[in-house]
Formats: sequence, C-alpha cells, structure tokens
Amino acid sequence: MDKFIRLEGLVAPLDRANVDTDAIIPKQFLKSIKRSGFGPNLFDEWRYLDVGEPGRDNSQRPLNDQFVLNQPRFMGAQILLTRQNFGCGSSREHAPWALLDFGFRALIGESFADIFYNNCFKNGILPIVLPAADIDGLFALVEANPGCRLLVDLEQQLVVRPDGQVLPFSVDSFRRECLLNGWDDIGLSLRHADLIRAFEEKRRVEKPWLFA
Amino acid sequence: MSQTLYEKLWLDHVVHQEADGTALIYIDRHLVHEVTSPQAFEGLKLAGRKPWRVSSIVATADHNTPTDHWDRGIEDPVSRLQVDTLDANVHEVGALAYFPFKDPRQGIVHVVGPEIGATLPGMSVVCGDSHTSTHGAFACLAQGIGTSEVEHVLATQCLLQKKSKTMLLRVNGKLAKGVAAKDLALAIIGRIGTAGGTGYAMEFAGSAIRGLSMEGRMTLCNMAIEAGARLGLVAVDEVTIDYLRGRPFAPSDAQWEQAVAAWRGLRSDADARFDGVVEMRAEDIRPQVTWGTSPEMVVAVDACVPDPANEQDPVRREGWERALRYMGLRPNVPIREIRLDKIFIGSCTNSRIEDLRAAAAVANGRKVAESIKLALVVPGSGLVKQQAESEGLDRIFRAAGFEWRQPGCSMCLAMNADRLDAGERCASTSNRNFEGRQGGGGRTHLVSPEMAAAAAIAGHFCDVSEWL
Ligand code: SF4
Repeated sequence: MDKFIRLEGLVAPLDRANVDTDAIIPKQFLKSIKRSGFGPNLFDEWRYLDVGEPGRDNSQRPLNDQFVLNQPRFMGAQILLTRQNFGCGSSREHAPWALLDFGFRALIGESFADIFYNNCFKNGILPIVLPAADIDGLFALVEANPGCRLLVDLEQQLVVRPDGQVLPFSVDSFRRECLLNGWDDIGLSLRHADLIRAFEEKRRVEKPWLFA
Repeated sequence: MSQTLYEKLWLDHVVHQEADGTALIYIDRHLVHEVTSPQAFEGLKLAGRKPWRVSSIVATADHNTPTDHWDRGIEDPVSRLQVDTLDANVHEVGALAYFPFKDPRQGIVHVVGPEIGATLPGMSVVCGDSHTSTHGAFACLAQGIGTSEVEHVLATQCLLQKKSKTMLLRVNGKLAKGVAAKDLALAIIGRIGTAGGTGYAMEFAGSAIRGLSMEGRMTLCNMAIEAGARLGLVAVDEVTIDYLRGRPFAPSDAQWEQAVAAWRGLRSDADARFDGVVEMRAEDIRPQVTWGTSPEMVVAVDACVPDPANEQDPVRREGWERALRYMGLRPNVPIREIRLDKIFIGSCTNSRIEDLRAAAAVANGRKVAESIKLALVVPGSGLVKQQAESEGLDRIFRAAGFEWRQPGCSMCLAMNADRLDAGERCASTSNRNFEGRQGGGGRTHLVSPEMAAAAAIAGHFCDVSEWL
C-alpha cells in the first residue's frame, strides 16, 4: 500500500448525498478477478450515456458532459468532495479500487458508510469527515474558484483551503499510523500470531462446537 | 456490570487490543463467494501466506450463477471465469463445506449458512458481502467486510476493528395480518434513514421481534445494513434453538446441551445501557413500498408518492427530485396506481421457505396479470427449492404464471442474465433500489414477498392485507 502523508491536489465536487457503491462501480465490472483497471468505469452510469460492459473500449463511448468528472476543469482531480453517507450499499472493495485507479487519494464528506470507510484505508485512500458547515463552505469555494486545490495533511490532521482557512479532522490513531507508513496490516496482525493461537486453543476447549 | 448482547459478543472475541481501542477480533466462521474472494486468495498467495484455519470456511457460488438452463453451464465467459476461480481456490486451499455451481445445496451464501447450521449463536461470522448482517438473527457478531479484510481473515483468522456503538430498536406489539418482517425493516429504515445506524451495532428486541420466526429475523437483520448499521442482532430464545436442532453442522448429543446452555446467555442484560434507543409499535406498521432510489424513500402502500416541494432540506429535496426523475414518477400519485413490468421474488432478504410460502398463499388459484412481462421466483438455495417443491409451491407459482427458477442471487443485482431493461419497473423482494441495481435504467420498488405476489396478480401495487 502507498503511504499517505500530505497531498496537495485539485478538488472535484460531487454534490449528492447517499452515493452508493453500485453507482461508484456498477456490478458488471465486479466480474473481474483483478484489483486494477476499474478507473475507466468509475461512476459508469453517470459518466457515459450508454451502458458499459467489461472489456469495452471506453474511449469510444459517448460521454455525459453534464457529469462533474467529465468537465475539463476537474481533469486530474485527486480529491473528491461529497455529502453524507458516501459509499453506502455493498461491501465491494472494487469501489475504492475504482476511485484509486481514477486518481483519487482523498475523499472529503459529511459521513461515509462503515464498510466503505474501512475499505478506503486498506487501499491508501484517506476519507475525511468534516462537519456539514465546512462541507457547505468547500462546495461554495470550489464552485466559485475553478481549479481550486486543497492541502490535505494527515500528519497534522488538517485540510487547508487556499484562503488559508484550516479545517481540522480526526482519524483513528491506528489507521493513521498505517496510512502514514504504508503498512500492510496483515503483517502487523501476524506479529500477534502467538496470542491468536493461544486464544484459539482456549476457545476450542471451552466451545468445541465452534470448531466441529 | 450489565452488558448488551453486542458487548458480550465483542468481549468473547477480543484477542488483543491496541491502546487506541483497535482490537483483533477472532473469526469463527468465514463465508466465501466468488465475487469478493479472488483478489484475496491471490493476495494471500502472492505474499506467500497460508490460510489460518480452513475449517472455518464455508463457500458457495451465488452471484454469477444462472437461474435457468443449467445444462448449458455458465454462458457468460467473464462470469464463468470468476466461478471457476472460486472452484480452483477452494480446491487448492480447502474448506469445511463447499457448494459449487449445480450442487444440490448451492445457494445464496446468507441462506446456505444458517440452513445447514454453519451459522451458530455466539459465533463471529464474516463474509465479503454487506448482507452478512443477516446472520445476526442468531446472536452472531456477523458483519460484511471488504476484500482486503477477506485476505486478512484468511491469513490471521482475525479482523482488526474498533468496537461499535450500540442501538436498541424496540418493537412491541403484534404485526397486523399481511404485514411482514420486510415491512418492519423498511419502516425502520424510513424512520431512521439509511445512515441512521452508521457506526452502530443494532439490536432488535421487543415482543414483535420475539414473535418473528428465524426467517423473519433474518430478513430484519439482513436489512440492518440498509439502515447503515454494520451488524444487526437478535437475542437467542426458544425460536433460535428450535430452528438449529438437527441441522447438519449444528452440534449434537452432549455437545448440543453444552452449546444450548451457553447460547441461552446471549441476550442483553435487563438493565443494559445502549447509546441509542428507538421505539416503534408493531400495530402502526402498514405494508411498505419504496418509491425512490434509496431504501429510506419508502411509504405505506395506501400513501402517495411524496412531493419534493414539501421537503425543507435542499440536499434532500434535490435527492428526491432526482429519484423521481429516475423512477419516472410524478409527485402525489397514489402508490396503488403504480403499474409494474416485472416481479422478482428472491434474494438473501426474502427467498427462504417462509417467504415462498407467503407469496404462494397469495398466488394460489390466481393468475399473474397480462401486463406483467416476467414474474420470477428464485429460491434462496437448492435446499429451499427442494422443500418448496415437496410442499407443491412450485406448482402453485407455475399455475399462476410465475417462472420457477434455480437458486442464486439472480435479479437482486443482475450479475447474471436476470435483469431489468432500461425503464422497466419491478416489484422486488430484494434489499436495494439503487439506480441501475437490477439492470441499467431499471426501476426497483422494494416490497415484501406477499406484496410482490399481489402486485404480480393485480399488475399494480395493492394492499395485500385486504386479500387475506
Ligand atoms: S441476494 Fe443480493 S444482496 Fe444478497 S448476497 Fe446476493 S446479491 Fe447480495
């Protein structure tokens, strides 16, 4: 996993609440057995005017010019600004894989669905929760300033606006450490292999039916 | 100190805890299906790691499998590759039980686990699938995880997480005739919203919940995730124990007695404190129909499509307007006047034997309306299908004009050939009415099995309680 320490990047605003993982990456693309290549189909049903299928050449498909990510001024965005309950719905990790593949490294929203939130950290994406007033302010800022960039600093847990305003956020210290260092959490957990083994042995004796 | 059921389950599974509260939670049961596992098995192999305890694994193919023409196999090559990959991985690694495509016990993973007794009270259950919350009906710490976590569980038999807050959903009273567990679930989501349970473990309690069968409790816990909760819970009682007795993977003899004694303690203490409490009265709940593109966009069948003009919050109002555009509906239209093209009875929410019995009771001796293009009944598993056939339910459905299919996820998410075409409108017993969920441009209304069957017969929504 890539480290995430600081990111200075262009912001794309997706002004909707309850963006679900079916919208982030529609099911036909979940048939892939790989982790990569989902970027061209991120938000497929909103980005294109036709129905996408795996294996199609996306460069030939008609684009929906209205959709925010198709507007030239948001090309190359690395930060996605959104509303409440982003990532609700299915547990598909294809959703963060698609966001990452497209180029997003940070998401800023009012709230995120639990499983999606978790999946982001496993893939080096930082989901940032800010109060509704800060989110409203950011939407207004991005709307008024084409090319608006934000600084996201995970070490300090701050989002810095171009006008100098600072928006603090917080992340679990364990998750923060993992992201800052790019740690693989399986490796971390396996440091406790002896504890896991001991726990398992005790359990097997006390509740043998769980191991039948 | 008194504890909630969730706190008891949590404590029983903590292997180790970091200073910030992040804990290693031991996993008893790992359910695996073809969509979210290939990258996890691959990651494991690439890192040169071995699975920790393969006897925790129960695997089946469900999302991609076709529901008819099984003689032709899986015709879509991309789907076939995914199912074959599961096959290869399970054969290489091993499992407690594996029900591949066409096995008589194959089915939706959340139907299969409980019916074979592989889901037991007090277990921690994970699956790379959000509807793993279903298994919480058995007082399990059951939750959906992502693919990286699937790999983490394969490698370590543990999950890294922090304790959730607790919410109590207390429903007292008795559900009226024609009102199902699905209606209760939808009414709860309508009340608290799709983010209402975010960060919470949601326990369902009260006399209405105790009055539900295991099937009904599973429907309710299945939908807990649609209320934002990562897991749903129901305490163990006689209904739980009766359901499990004699199931193939449930304990037997002396071990059964020992297990039952332990299971009886799996309930919240009388004076346990929850971080949030919501109370509802079963009598207030009417059959529900969703009108929009989120499960919280739901009303009673006798209501009308709401008018966004009446919504104060601008973000919500815009969401409603967008949903109505997508759904092709005008404000203030009575729900009963909404006409349908297709009917889907199935999914891990409502494809168990009791769901099929309820739908068949409505369909019995009646005919699907001429205007309905397709009415599908897809049993949740091969065993549900067998049981239904032994009761003659398949004949009732067929005689009424429904198609009786092979088990699987089917039109719940349309990864196989069963889907809506753009603009088609469906009464569906599944759990998500998101844009495109059942096929690009398809319009989904979530309902109970009896409401879906009644809509099939009438061609439009109607209040099934008037039929019974
Ligand atoms: S039936 Fe639907 S919700 Fe349930 S596991 Fe299958 S696809 Fe997911």
